[in-house]
Amino acid sequence: MGKEKPKIAFYWCASCGGCDESFLDLAEDILDLVEKIDIVFWPVALDYKRKDLEALPDQSILMTMINGSLRTSEQEEMALLLRRKSKILIAYGTCAHLGGIPSLANQFEREKILEYLYKSAPSVVNKENVLPKIQYDEKGHKVTLPEFRNVVRSLDQVVDVDYYLPGCSPPPKLLKKAFSLLLSQELPSKGSVLAPDIALCYECPRIESKPKDLSIAEFKRLHHTQPAPEKCFLAQGIACIGPATRGGCEARCIQGNMPCTGCFGPTSRVRDQGAKILSALASSVKAKSEEDIDRALSGIPDPVGSFYRYGLAKSLLRVKRIESNNSVESKNNGVEK
Amino acid sequence: MDDLKEEIRIGVYVCHCGTNIAGIIDVKEVSRTAAGLPGVVISRDYKYMCSYPGQAIIQEDIKEYKLTRLIVAACSPLMHEETFRNAAAKGGLNPFSFQMVNIREHGAWVNDDKEAVTMKANDLIRAAVYRIVCHKPFQRTRVDIQPSVLVVGGGIAGIQAALTIANAGKKVFLVEREPTIGGHMAKFDKTFPTLDCAACILTPKMTSVKAHPNITLWAYSEVRKVEGFVGNYKVQVGRKPRYIHEDLCVGCLKCIDSCVYEKPQFPKEFDLGLSKRKPVYIPFPQAVPQIPVIDPETCNKIKFGKCKQLCMEACNERKAIDFDQKEKIEEIEVGAIIIATGFKIFDPKRLPCYGYGIYQNIYTSIEVERLLNASGPTGGKVVLQNGKKPETVGIIHCVGSRDVLNTNSWCSRVCCLYSLKLAHLLKEHTEAKIYNFYIDIRAPGKNMEEFYNRVSKEGIHFIRGRAASVTLDDSDENMSGVVIQAEDTLIGKTLKVPVDMVVLSVGMEPQPDAKEVGRMFSIPCAENSFFLEQHPKLAPVSTMTEGIFLAGCCQGPKDIPDTVAQAGAAASEALSLIDNGYKELEPYTAYIEEDECAGCKTCIPLCPYSAISLHEEKKKAIIQETLCRGCGVCVSACPSGSIKQKLFEDREIFCEINGVLERQ
Repeated sequence: MGKEKPKIAFYWCASCGGCDESFLDLAEDILDLVEKIDIVFWPVALDYKRKDLEALPDQSILMTMINGSLRTSEQEEMALLLRRKSKILIAYGTCAHLGGIPSLANQFEREKILEYLYKSAPSVVNKENVLPKIQYDEKGHKVTLPEFRNVVRSLDQVVDVDYYLPGCSPPPKLLKKAFSLLLSQELPSKGSVLAPDIALCYECPRIESKPKDLSIAEFKRLHHTQPAPEKCFLAQGIACIGPATRGGCEARCIQGNMPCTGCFGPTSRVRDQGAKILSALASSVKAKSEEDIDRALSGIPDPVGSFYRYGLAKSLLRVKRIESNNSVESKNNGVEK
Repeated sequence: MDDLKEEIRIGVYVCHCGTNIAGIIDVKEVSRTAAGLPGVVISRDYKYMCSYPGQAIIQEDIKEYKLTRLIVAACSPLMHEETFRNAAAKGGLNPFSFQMVNIREHGAWVNDDKEAVTMKANDLIRAAVYRIVCHKPFQRTRVDIQPSVLVVGGGIAGIQAALTIANAGKKVFLVEREPTIGGHMAKFDKTFPTLDCAACILTPKMTSVKAHPNITLWAYSEVRKVEGFVGNYKVQVGRKPRYIHEDLCVGCLKCIDSCVYEKPQFPKEFDLGLSKRKPVYIPFPQAVPQIPVIDPETCNKIKFGKCKQLCMEACNERKAIDFDQKEKIEEIEVGAIIIATGFKIFDPKRLPCYGYGIYQNIYTSIEVERLLNASGPTGGKVVLQNGKKPETVGIIHCVGSRDVLNTNSWCSRVCCLYSLKLAHLLKEHTEAKIYNFYIDIRAPGKNMEEFYNRVSKEGIHFIRGRAASVTLDDSDENMSGVVIQAEDTLIGKTLKVPVDMVVLSVGMEPQPDAKEVGRMFSIPCAENSFFLEQHPKLAPVSTMTEGIFLAGCCQGPKDIPDTVAQAGAAASEALSLIDNGYKELEPYTAYIEEDECAGCKTCIPLCPYSAISLHEEKKKAIIQETLCRGCGVCVSACPSGSIKQKLFEDREIFCEINGVLERQ
């Protein structure tokens, strides 16, 4: 045996699985990679248990990539555990980076979510009104479930994160680059997002067709229109989040004739991606009268879903106000008693 | 990293502003609280920080305590930011290492809860302390100023302003919408209180404008576009087609004589439709420029394409007439702009109770001016529709003024006195019995009350009461007379006064397009749509936009002496600006980090000063610093956060917000 290969771990939290799958997008390059590394933990692909991980010495893993956002106590525990075991912790993909699509749930109170999913959704039959509980006694056996927290969080809202690999999911080119960078001795400064720090328009193949004055009279919804294959989406009145989104994906959605929805998150200079694109688009709207403004806005029926699709957890909006959360909580408690 | 090296030593000064601030805010407490904030090495309160001794304290402390940052909590930065920046500079600090906290307008003056407003003052000072740590030193840059002025509007205000500036040796562009300059004043017969002939005192000034080597007069023209900023405005003026070339016409007026319409047939605008003109006409004999204009709506050649074109024959080889003339755009660069766009006369049709346009012999005051005028529709004879002289005339004051419910809330300031003047002149011309229906007689100003006394001794009748209605006089056999009904509030009786003729003393209103004009020049209108001056007392001819000044009635109703005085003031403000030759720019401009800009072009159309353009090779936005006024629109709109603004960096603003919110 030669020199020991660096240990790498992968983990998923609240995730669709796309990030785990994206490792396979490396295609034959994955063979080179596996030559250089030793995968010690990867629940989606390999049969390792939590106790195997716990048995490893602290800091013994060189690098862990966690994808998915965090909502349950189990996800928090795993994130803390992996943090302890790893030298470098990477938030992999949009959900770990910014909260992702799951964090859109932060618009709703925890109780409302449980109420809907377990009681009032049209496809649910739950005559006994059973709600998930963290502990349950079944004939003397104690059964436990992770706790469902009040809000969805990004990885860095739970543990200290060293680097971020953005994207839903991160493109193989960036992943490959990140591996070679992190396996080398030249580490970037802590907290870096491992992608270019310039907005998508810079690499967009349609930038030439974007006029200097957009003057958007109305926003068209994608399913109401047939986007032209080569024209800037905004010039066609289709909300494209590209101007407020970090580049590095090589405009892959736009190459597929779909507008950017913002999965790479904002540049390092922007605190709130949704507010920024909103401000930019509002500035580009032609409307002067209230009626015209209403007409323009009617093309964006879900502003949070459109502008904060991937980043609500990390935005300035973050979450529905806690005060109302509490009052609903106490009310519900009253009913249950 | 530089921030870490620099030692932060902050001085905080809390101003009492006499009792303005100290009357409600516990300034001692505020000063004590400030002393405990991080980085603060000295905190004081003082009765008047802006006073000489107040500033001296600051300057001494900067030396003694080796201050690197200065905060003054006092009034609005509009009032004294400059004062304290200078004090900082005199003490040896960079003037932008200073931050002003407004605890007067934002605190003391708008609160009555002592404890709450003291806490608010603490919060605001804490915000400034947190923010000022991020401040970097800046130097002001200079830009050259174009030594020329655009005057918009050629009434007496515009004429006066243009002449004043031109006489100082500066170039003036005078733009007038109508075919002649002169404005409303040219229509008046006499002027109060001296009874000077209006034309006699106005026309010499009009002629001087035309003859002045420093004045470029563009009548029948309108400003189409304004770009740029103080000192360097780029203006496009549209010169509407007269269908007569100004440079070829000599003003012989033969075209008018030879027009196929032998008799004038169309309502003459200058006489408010009381007389007629031909399709080719000059507004009045002394019009400046003395060049006819062809009305495309009534000229057979232009409207129908068919005419013998006798005017062309008359003009002969001069070839001044050109039926294909189009609007010509002139582009000019000026250092300052004076807006003198005047007013609109109230349309009494909006008050049908006074019968204007319904009954005969009911005139507005301006129509009566024309009737009295020797060059007016009747050659100066005041006669009724039946050709007879009126025997009784009623003058109704405040039509379209001082009437919150129906028309306008304001007093138009001139109607009382011109009504007295018209009463005097009508008496002189017709010897009729004259009744004035008034609310109050307002005659302030030099020689005005004396004029009132003089007229009231001439046998003019005064009835104190707003006229309620004008109705047809049933008792009059010819059915031509009317009855004015009013309550005489001095005797408490309702009167019905039969008269032959009614004069409606109509008020002044803003021009109907004042808001659009305001938008074009970036100057706001007040609630009543007259243009808003920067400060009603201390900056009465300045606007919120630097380098743009107001003269005359576009700012509010006023008489000729006040208009002329204000025009002189506006001219002198414009002169003092352009004569300096340069302007120091504030450093809080926006800038782009070239590497960070994605070239998305969002910012480009938003800049109100056209300071942003796209670098065609690099495909990135660039800001021309001298054009940037620091409004921050591009900064907030830039979707990738690549435009920043000096003194308003995100870090500074977030520190400030944290400071406000960090109350213990």
